[in-house]
Amino acid sequence: MIDPHELWLVIIALGVGSFALRFMFLGLVGRRELPEWALRHLRYTAVSVLPALVAPLVVWPSATGGQTDPARLAAASVALCVGLFTGRVFAAILSGFATLYAMLWLVG
Amino acid sequence: MSSTPSSAYWRGVRDGLPFLLVIGPFSLLFGVVATEAGLNVLEALAFSVVVIAGAAQFAALQLLQDNAPTLIVILSALAINLRMAMYSASLTTHLGAAPLWQRALVAYFTVDQSFALATATFEKERDWSLAQKVAYFFGCVTPICPMWYVLTVVGALIGNTIPPEFALDFALPITFIAMIAPMLRTVPHLAAAGVAVTMSLVLAGLPLNLGLLASALLGMIAGAQAELWVNRKLAKEAQG
Repeated sequence: MIDPHELWLVIIALGVGSFALRFMFLGLVGRRELPEWALRHLRYTAVSVLPALVAPLVVWPSATGGQTDPARLAAASVALCVGLFTGRVFAAILSGFATLYAMLWLVG
Repeated sequence: MSSTPSSAYWRGVRDGLPFLLVIGPFSLLFGVVATEAGLNVLEALAFSVVVIAGAAQFAALQLLQDNAPTLIVILSALAINLRMAMYSASLTTHLGAAPLWQRALVAYFTVDQSFALATATFEKERDWSLAQKVAYFFGCVTPICPMWYVLTVVGALIGNTIPPEFALDFALPITFIAMIAPMLRTVPHLAAAGVAVTMSLVLAGLPLNLGLLASALLGMIAGAQAELWVNRKLAKEAQG
């Protein structure tokens, strides 16, 4: 059992800490101009953080206990290709899921 | 095409709606897992409202159940959320001139989806005013964040596991890939994503999610360096 006092301590500390992280630059830097080298790096935040977050989940999915799974690999590849070539987010999501379910049905 | 803040807001709502497909199962699952860990509905809801970050919430809950020391629970979950500081820095370049109360609200609602949507759209709509950008951001979070709270409660009330055949664990990877792929239009963007992916796999063993941060930083450096390289090449061609 989780101790309720510990639980609330964690919830509040995480809430305060997460807000501080989110507010760190928005709040402190505000309208001040950031130097060009900083902007040059920040342009690539999204295309760095999100792929780095996702890649291990694709290669070692938690649902299979970390075993590489052909269905999930195929779904990720299809979503990537459709997104790259059509530029449409929703088409990429749908084709990814279609591939995942088709593969799980075929294999499983 | 949006010419007023109001139309930018509604475009944000439209763009945010599909992400209910991801947020929905994810928050439902959090409610379910939270009840299984012994939390009541109020505690599960408080978790989602106060922290509002799925991956960190799941990690904290897991560590609490494993009886990890409180400080380790907090630090590990915050390490997962460190990427929010990068999002914050990135959003500041677009929204930094907004009034403080708006920036505080933007900060609270900075999640993977709102950040990814806003960045992608701001890159396309370069002539948007500050008011349009702020309106678009809040449009994106309008369908997403309230449902995050509501479905946590629903999940906590159901208290039953969603059948594993639905493979909902993979909703998050598919959506993020779908959001990022259309942004990979230039050599620097491709370099950033390529380096980030490779390094995240190489550094996956690092504790406290440090692999994610290190590989993200390396990806950003790769993108910046590739941009300098492309610019030098263009300058040379213009001269010759």
